Amino acid sequence: MSDATVFPEKKPQGPKGSLLVQDARTKRRNAAESRFKVYGMLAVATGLCFLVMLLWAIISNGTQAFSQTFVTFEVELLESKLDKKGARNIDDIKKVSTFGYTPLIQNSLLKEVEARGIDTPLSKGKDMKAILSASAAAQLRDFVIANPDKIGTTHEFRFLASSRVDGYLKGRVTRDSIARDKNIKAAHLDLVDGLKEAGVLKKTFNWSFVTGSDASDTRPEAAGMGVSMLGSLFMMLVVLGLSLPIGVAASIYLEEFAPQNRWTDLIEVNISNLAAVPSIVFGILGLAVFIQFAHLPQSAPLVGGLVLTLMTLPTIIIATRASLKSVPPSIRDAALGVGASKMQSVFHHVLPLAAPGILTGTIIGLAQALGETAPLLLIGMVGFIASNYPEGVMDGFVAPNSAMPAQIYEWAKRADPAFYERAWGGIIILLVFLITMNIIAILLRRRFERRW
Amino acid sequence: MPVLWIVVLVLALGGAGYVMGRMRAMASAGGDARHLHSLPNYYGMHVFLAATVPSLLLLVIWLLVQPLVINSQIAHHIPSDTVAEGSSLSLVMADVRRVADGLDTAVAAGAMTEQQAGSIRTEFTDIRARLGEVGVALGANVRPEVLKAAQSYRSLNTTYTLFLTIVAVGLSLAGLAYAWLRSHKDFRARNVVESVVKSLLILASTIAVLTTVGIVLSLIFNTVEFFKLYPATSFFFEPTWLPSFGGGIDSDGNPLSKLGILPLLWGTLYISLIALAVAVPIGLFAAIYLSEYAGIHTRSVAKPLIEVLAGIPTIVYGLFALLTVGPLLVDVFGQGGILGVGWMQGGTAVMTAGLVMGIMLIPFVSSLSDDIINAVPQAMRDGSLGLGATKSETIRQVVLPAALPGIVGAILLAASRAIGETMIVVLGAGAAARLSLNPFDAMTTVTAKIVSQLTGDADFASPEALVAFALGMTLFLVTLALNIFALYIVRKYREQYE
Repeated sequence: MSDATVFPEKKPQGPKGSLLVQDARTKRRNAAESRFKVYGMLAVATGLCFLVMLLWAIISNGTQAFSQTFVTFEVELLESKLDKKGARNIDDIKKVSTFGYTPLIQNSLLKEVEARGIDTPLSKGKDMKAILSASAAAQLRDFVIANPDKIGTTHEFRFLASSRVDGYLKGRVTRDSIARDKNIKAAHLDLVDGLKEAGVLKKTFNWSFVTGSDASDTRPEAAGMGVSMLGSLFMMLVVLGLSLPIGVAASIYLEEFAPQNRWTDLIEVNISNLAAVPSIVFGILGLAVFIQFAHLPQSAPLVGGLVLTLMTLPTIIIATRASLKSVPPSIRDAALGVGASKMQSVFHHVLPLAAPGILTGTIIGLAQALGETAPLLLIGMVGFIASNYPEGVMDGFVAPNSAMPAQIYEWAKRADPAFYERAWGGIIILLVFLITMNIIAILLRRRFERRW
Repeated sequence: MPVLWIVVLVLALGGAGYVMGRMRAMASAGGDARHLHSLPNYYGMHVFLAATVPSLLLLVIWLLVQPLVINSQIAHHIPSDTVAEGSSLSLVMADVRRVADGLDTAVAAGAMTEQQAGSIRTEFTDIRARLGEVGVALGANVRPEVLKAAQSYRSLNTTYTLFLTIVAVGLSLAGLAYAWLRSHKDFRARNVVESVVKSLLILASTIAVLTTVGIVLSLIFNTVEFFKLYPATSFFFEPTWLPSFGGGIDSDGNPLSKLGILPLLWGTLYISLIALAVAVPIGLFAAIYLSEYAGIHTRSVAKPLIEVLAGIPTIVYGLFALLTVGPLLVDVFGQGGILGVGWMQGGTAVMTAGLVMGIMLIPFVSSLSDDIINAVPQAMRDGSLGLGATKSETIRQVVLPAALPGIVGAILLAASRAIGETMIVVLGAGAAARLSLNPFDAMTTVTAKIVSQLTGDADFASPEALVAFALGMTLFLVTLALNIFALYIVRKYREQYE
């Protein structure tokens, strides 16, 4: 032991005073602690707040699209206008264009206004144009062509009101906002008030928004999601029909049969990279390969489905592999032990046990594909009016059509508040589908999930 | 659609083969399945596979190759000197195809007989008007060589489709006969079927590789085509993006359009930066709170709710940016807004798109970070707490450094998402390409321009359309590099604490 023992010059400084009283430093540290915790809470709250804002925006703007203003009144189908020869020859009747029907409807509405005793400065038939949708004449013409024997009688019809009138009843259009609108005047709105009181003009649930087809720029009141829903349906059929078998086959190979070598590694790296490629790049692929190279029809749900299949494959493969992996090896060993071949053990025992997980993954993949928009823009599913229902199953796959998200985008681009309302409404329909699919997936998982 | 019928016919043959093969094998065993080498269904399956697989594979390959062969045969109809200035052979070929399709439609509509369609000449008939009658609109009058090429295109197409039908059905029949003859009780049907099934599985797993190859090839070919028409140096270094509407070339032979990528890259980076500035702090703090502080009930409610944000389609965010956030920001920062600063001219701006994209990325950052923070071993927290550190000190000085590589990886993945995001910027960021520092200006991004250059009516051979492929290539390479880098970081440091 050396005699140069070092004594500390000072005693270590402990806390002065009582342990029960916090000193400044502890206070600071505790304050930092609670601040930190508050930051975390704020972050969670902000996230939830954004979600609420988003949902509120969707619901408050979108529910309006599900109601629609209709005008109900009687129209006399004048023989002198619609069938001058009086022979009820269908070809002669078809010669009368919608321009021939428009004055008929407008005069009938004027008559209705006068009969109800509504006081208005608008005294000409043409003044009624602003109240009615431009599709009213086509509606009447279709009716007459379908029932030529009704010419000369008087019938009650329910016509769409114009988008401005509809907006007025929904509070979107006000007397201030139409000050410089050349389509409608304040006098029209006064008349609308009168008609509403008389019960001629009513706002009801708009079933045709769900089932109807898209309409041209000037008739937002007639636009619906029906046709694009069919487009999405056919696309999803393609995605399901291709990505499920291919995805499951690929996962079975990679999980059960593939040897550990470079080729397998390459495939695996590829799949994980494909999952992260931006969706627009898949759109470029679809455009270059399916449309430019293979000359498949543009805007067809078939092409959309093919592109979305390629996008969905990684999701399905990853889900399928996870659920194959969760089947315990003892199942495979038991099957092999009683003499099954490797292939039999996989297809007869492992695959059925993994099926619920595969199904859940597939539904989630389909839900992703259903909401995907960007690739559809590139293969031409926007920029036109999807107004025709497909004529058959084959037509449904190859005829130009829109899809739900593409239709929403199309409406958002038209820069008209009436179409914006439709776009929000379309989002509600899209989200209903997505939520349903996800709930089914969750229920399936709950019902069939097995813990080994 | 004859191809569909070929598929149906081949499948029907396969079905018949299944029954026949099974019966023949059973007959050879005297009706007793125990004498067979494999289960009876394998004999049926064997014939089914032999009848369908080669034939359907041939069908797919044939359909891919046929357009190439026809194109090369048609091309000699079009003398190179008739290809107009500023146009290319592929453009003329597109014309040929359009005329041929028009003739098909005319025949289908009954406006022409098959014979007429094959024999009409531009000298005697106004093709454009005739086709216009059946609703086929052509851009210009049909030139005689194009019409001739279109007619031979149609006849070649018919001939090849006939060939295809004969060969595919013949192959199916041959496979069926061969497999049927081999169906005997000693034939090892199961082994053959299993090896065929295994090759089909391998084939399915290569689709992922084929997709990547397809992406890369389609991008490379069109990008090379673009750089032939437009100098690469101007694409990468020119600071203006100004595509001229009709394309065209000025007197010096340079394209009129200015297609510099720099403003687009700047817009992309700026928007992504704002998005990350929103998403990273919120996502990270949410992940820390949910994994370290929150009780089990809070966590089980808040975590799925935040993750709902990730399941909402991007078109919804796009509309939210365009119609809700944009006007809201204008009310605050715009002319006559609450702040009265007048920085913002319109609803579409870098800030709008960045904010909304940030909201979209919150769950992405939070759930990835959450996983990583949970993976930090409890012993490290216990050690730090035992030394007297507070919980937040433990998190800041122990947990976060340990989780840092994973968190960086998550942020890089989120950045790659932000760069590749399309719908939000298409709807929320505006269309003007500019180099500006003001976050309330409208700017545009690489993805938004890909959409706008490829969705117009421009023809696919012009530099204005082809530039989209060069942009796509840039986007693909940048996101790929980010993803690989992120995975590399995550993988390299993940094992450290296990």
